[in-house]
Amino acid sequence: MAQTMVQVNNVFKSYWRDTMEIPVLRSISFDIPEGEFVALMGPSGSGKTTLLNLLAGIDRPTQGNVTVAGSQISGLSDSSLARWRHDNIGFIFQFYNLIPVLTAFENVELPLLLTKLSKAERKKQVELALGIVGLADRMKHYPNQLSGGQEQRVAIARAIVTDPNVILADEPTGDLDKKSAEDIMELLSQLNAQYKKTIVMVTHDPRAAEKAHIIRRLDKGELVNGDGAR
Amino acid sequence: MKFFKLTFRNAGRHKLRTALTVLGMAIAVMAFAVIRTAIEAWYSQASASSPNRLVANNNVSIIFTLPISYQSKIAAVPGVTSVAHAQWFGGVYVDPKNFFPKFAIEAEPYLAMYPEFSLPPDQKEAFLKERNAAIVGRKLADRFGWQVGDQVRITGDIFPGDWDFVIRGIYTGMKDNTDEGSWLFHYQYIDERMRQESPGRAGQVGWFMIQIDDPTKAAEISGTIDALFKNSAAETKTQTEEAFALSFIAMSGSIIVGMQIISVMVIAIILLVLANTMAMTARERTSEYAVLKTLGFSAGKIVALIFGESLFIAILGGALGIALTFPIVGLMKVAMSAFFSAFPLPPLTFILAGSSAILVGILAALFPASKAMRTSIVDGLRVID
Repeated sequence: MAQTMVQVNNVFKSYWRDTMEIPVLRSISFDIPEGEFVALMGPSGSGKTTLLNLLAGIDRPTQGNVTVAGSQISGLSDSSLARWRHDNIGFIFQFYNLIPVLTAFENVELPLLLTKLSKAERKKQVELALGIVGLADRMKHYPNQLSGGQEQRVAIARAIVTDPNVILADEPTGDLDKKSAEDIMELLSQLNAQYKKTIVMVTHDPRAAEKAHIIRRLDKGELVNGDGAR
Repeated sequence: MKFFKLTFRNAGRHKLRTALTVLGMAIAVMAFAVIRTAIEAWYSQASASSPNRLVANNNVSIIFTLPISYQSKIAAVPGVTSVAHAQWFGGVYVDPKNFFPKFAIEAEPYLAMYPEFSLPPDQKEAFLKERNAAIVGRKLADRFGWQVGDQVRITGDIFPGDWDFVIRGIYTGMKDNTDEGSWLFHYQYIDERMRQESPGRAGQVGWFMIQIDDPTKAAEISGTIDALFKNSAAETKTQTEEAFALSFIAMSGSIIVGMQIISVMVIAIILLVLANTMAMTARERTSEYAVLKTLGFSAGKIVALIFGESLFIAILGGALGIALTFPIVGLMKVAMSAFFSAFPLPPLTFILAGSSAILVGILAALFPASKAMRTSIVDGLRVID
């Protein structure tokens, strides 16, 4: 039996607009076993990205607990949370969010700059990550010299270079053409199957969601499909 | 150092904006250093003074004269080793724009009191022998291309008429701040003419230079001299040469204060320019900072990146400004040698200019760094570039 990698327990999240409280997530509870590939689906405004942000520790629940990789992250300080994110989370953004003045190599190297690895060790890690995503020959290219699909691959390399416990992807194919989207989904499937990475992916795309083992649907801030098994 | 590459690349994103900001910074730091140098030049006249020399002038004002007969009484005061009188001549050489100070002096004791004026013995001898001879400082001679033996006519204003001189010597300063821009000639030359043309002005001098044996007794000797002429028609005011020079500078006090204010304003303006640049930069990169935070960068590291970039621009501009200061001060030396004997560039000027640049770099980053620190990742990611 696989260990639980993500545990969401009775989580509420709301935002305030002036004096009005706007609930985004209500009473969310679910577990994700280690090595699973989960897709979060739902209409716009259903709270998918907010839930992903809570799992990534870049936002905090209004109520409830989130435990990821054995750490209850809701109570961590900002600086501890930053360290925790670095050690445990690989985040993939819809619009890649690469730093335009850095090459592919340098973008992937960024998270490693926060470690005590030597330059040679960092180089080895970065080359490995870029090799996994199939961009070993594009290391010196700047983001504006890459296609959208290639940029997203670099972003994935950046997300896996620290060997995180969990990969979180927010609409990773949302800005890509069909072919590139398929390639990216293939890559995520490979990371899950070959490297046993736990993946939680927000997507609108049913074809992308097909690659996941579990689909969890959100609607108006609530989980609507029980245990989520497909 | 690992993050320097990112800082450097960030600074180069908007090359024109960064270049203009660096240039603005350079000009501001250069202006600051040049203004400080001009102020230093003003005060260098006082710093060139000797503690062994006192000056006695009319208590009412330097523009009023003293009877030459005071000289023997002053010479008799205990502690006084030598006395020489001098007089401001005024006058115009060809054009009023060709200003330089001209002093009618009691040559032999006066020169003895100024060992820092280096004059070849043969030139000194020639100067002392001839009534209408003059000696000039090296910078002044260079300014007008004068050589020993040149005949020069000065048109008098305080002492009306044409005054013909022969340059018999060119002195050089033994120290960096020694005045090399003056014209010195014999007091007897004007005194003789005054006796003929304006007898009431004869036998009057502008001030007495007084050599004393012990600088620690300067106040006591000054008091004794002033007491000698108390309640006379021309009371004296005796002070050290430095205080005398400073009293001249004090006449330009408001100009100096104005210059100091301008130097601070220049730095304040460039602070606003750099702060604006850094605010724009940080605003443009709000989403990138959020991405970096997502990757595990702490708020402190983001702040360090912003401060690093601001300091990089400020220090680069500051260094360029300091480098530019040297040729500009060199040009000032040439253009203003008539007014200032020296243009010192003391280390303090560079320390202040460099510190100002660093301070500007730090202050300019405060607001954007504070904003970047406070912006949550979620809010930062919502910002579209």
